[in-house]
Amino acid sequence: MLEIRQLNKAYGSHRALTDLDLVVPEGGIFGLLGPNGAGKTTLIRIINQIIEQDSGEVILDGQHLTSEAIRKIGYLPEERGLYKKMAVWDQLIYFSRIKGLTALEAKQRVTYWLEKFEISSWKNKKIEDLSKGMAQKIQFIATVIHSPRVLILDEPFSGFDPVNAALLKNEILDLKKAGTTILLSTHRMESVELLCDQVAMIHKSKKILDGSIREIKSRFRPLEIQASLNKLSQELPAIWKIEVSEEGRVDLLLPLNGQSPNQLLHELMTYGEVIAFKERFPSMEEIFIQQVNASAHA
Amino acid sequence: MHKVYLVIQREYLARVKKKSFLVATLLTPLIFPAIMAVFVWLAAVEEKGNQSLRVIELVDETGLFFMESSEQYAFSSSVKNLEEAKALVNKGERYGALYLPKMELSAPKGIQFYGLENPSTSLIGYLEVALKRKIEDQRLYSKGIDPKVLKQIRTEVKVQSLTLGESGEEKITDANVNYALGFLTGILIYVFIFIYGNQIMQGVIEEKSTRIVEILVSSLRPFQLMMGKIVGIGAVGLTQFLIWVLLVSTLSTLVMGVLGMQMPQQQAMEMANPEIMAATPDSGELGAILQVIGGIDFVSLVVAFVFYFLGGYLLYGALFAAVGAAVDAPSDAQQFMFPITIPLLIGYMGLFVFVLQDPSSSTSFWLSIIPLTSPIAMMGRISYGVPFWELALSLGLLVLGFLGTTWLAAKIYRIGILMHGTKPSYKTIWKWVKSSN
Repeated sequence: MLEIRQLNKAYGSHRALTDLDLVVPEGGIFGLLGPNGAGKTTLIRIINQIIEQDSGEVILDGQHLTSEAIRKIGYLPEERGLYKKMAVWDQLIYFSRIKGLTALEAKQRVTYWLEKFEISSWKNKKIEDLSKGMAQKIQFIATVIHSPRVLILDEPFSGFDPVNAALLKNEILDLKKAGTTILLSTHRMESVELLCDQVAMIHKSKKILDGSIREIKSRFRPLEIQASLNKLSQELPAIWKIEVSEEGRVDLLLPLNGQSPNQLLHELMTYGEVIAFKERFPSMEEIFIQQVNASAHA
Repeated sequence: MHKVYLVIQREYLARVKKKSFLVATLLTPLIFPAIMAVFVWLAAVEEKGNQSLRVIELVDETGLFFMESSEQYAFSSSVKNLEEAKALVNKGERYGALYLPKMELSAPKGIQFYGLENPSTSLIGYLEVALKRKIEDQRLYSKGIDPKVLKQIRTEVKVQSLTLGESGEEKITDANVNYALGFLTGILIYVFIFIYGNQIMQGVIEEKSTRIVEILVSSLRPFQLMMGKIVGIGAVGLTQFLIWVLLVSTLSTLVMGVLGMQMPQQQAMEMANPEIMAATPDSGELGAILQVIGGIDFVSLVVAFVFYFLGGYLLYGALFAAVGAAVDAPSDAQQFMFPITIPLLIGYMGLFVFVLQDPSSSTSFWLSIIPLTSPIAMMGRISYGVPFWELALSLGLLVLGFLGTTWLAAKIYRIGILMHGTKPSYKTIWKWVKSSN
């Protein structure tokens, strides 16, 4: 669907992207992870044709990006704003027309979305008279008004209150169901684990990891076991970390230390009754930090 | 191309629909008459205050002078010497004392005026003119010319100035009317450039700081966005100007109509027939002014104004857009306003110091040719009449000028709108200009 090949971009002596390759498959949610300043926004701006790459290619539907591609892309920038003095209706019509809709299409789509969010009564209100949450809804509509096939969301949940964040999440999942390809960029990695099908991690202008979340997590072998015990009969070994201990029940974190899980379970059973035993997957953040350290030492 | 049109349309409607636009458009034409009314009123009050007669003690040691009293000043000769006269002034019984010592009339010297306060220049001027005439009368008399004959000979003269057109037609002109027109149109261009230039800058800053620009620039090229904004706001300015022209011409037609009805029959007839007017220059003050105004080619004045407004606006508008793109907030814009404000101010000062004083001097010429100052300076010259080649050169250079600033601004704008955080220096901006992609 969206393919990025050997992309390079530098601002003077500062490298923003180095030989970046990325394949975003059709119809899923793709997470672009990395700390602030890693190069995510630069990549997004290049895909949106806001800036030009120094070298490399961006291919959408098997074709190089052209001005025609704009209609296929919807973009929600990280920091958002609308024209404060402009009425909701005028504003949405303007953005749809800029994206290439005809006057008639624009009217129909705006009406549809306003009705969908049950906010038709706002259409003559100016943005400055709306609450922040209301303005965010308008902003989202402006992003998807032209039914883009690719939706690019830069830090989509920042600044949203929980209610609107949940609404946004549902809309994103609905759009995914409808076949939209979604590229979601964030530095808050815990927020995407449940949402994304695939991720790529970018650090200091380079991709350091990509794949599906399941695949990445299994690639990083579980190093620890989470377990719970009842009826403690004797002292536990010192390397077992006790996380919670109450009323005879102990939650433990056990390093594998080269043992197989079965061997560890066997040993554990001698201390009492095992009521839970599960490998602990590292979080995306832990994997990220681990990768960063690995690349720093390499 | 149709996207640029969308931008123009948005910028235009967003401003024209505002109530403040309507208010400013309708009220501004009333401001000038209002200011004039205030001046007239102040002058009237002043005159009233001065109406109390000021008595001046005349100490004439020559015994030759008799000063006629006027509406404002009366002369008395109740004391014999200067010391007594000074005492009267000190007591407040006299406004001042005029001392005329014994002197050679061929070379009068030592005339003095004593007063408690600094006398106005108009009083001194009045005294000088009156004494000069008295002395001349005395000298003519001593040469054997009868003062009565002299009085009969004195005549009032007024020079009517006319300009010759190429096709031989004659136009009555008046330096004061030309001055007023040059002054008004020059200032109007200056104010327009500043007001609408600032709107461009504010608009660019709004789009940049709210990141709207990222959504827009992913849909159309930065240059299209910048030009759309500049053209849209320029159209607002033109609309405003056009409304003013309509308002003023309707109002003045009405006023002329009313005046025409009140004018004595003969004068009205003369008004209706310029040839009679030209033949009889002595057709009254008001008639003369109306005739001068009638002689001015308002159509070409308006056309020239529109051209110079557009040229100057486009030239400076691009620079305002570049400044807006370079900064994050209006308060940061100050440091980059210098290169814009200085040439505008030079044009503005030049209009008063050089152009309106002497429209055909070489400084005036250069001010009205160089694109940065020409929109303001040329408006000061145009009502006096400017040779065609100068106008063509000036407009040609103005077009080159705004193409140049637009090119420069586009380079700054393209990079600036996506830069946040650190405040750029002139050096960074120069780097943006030089960068090729």
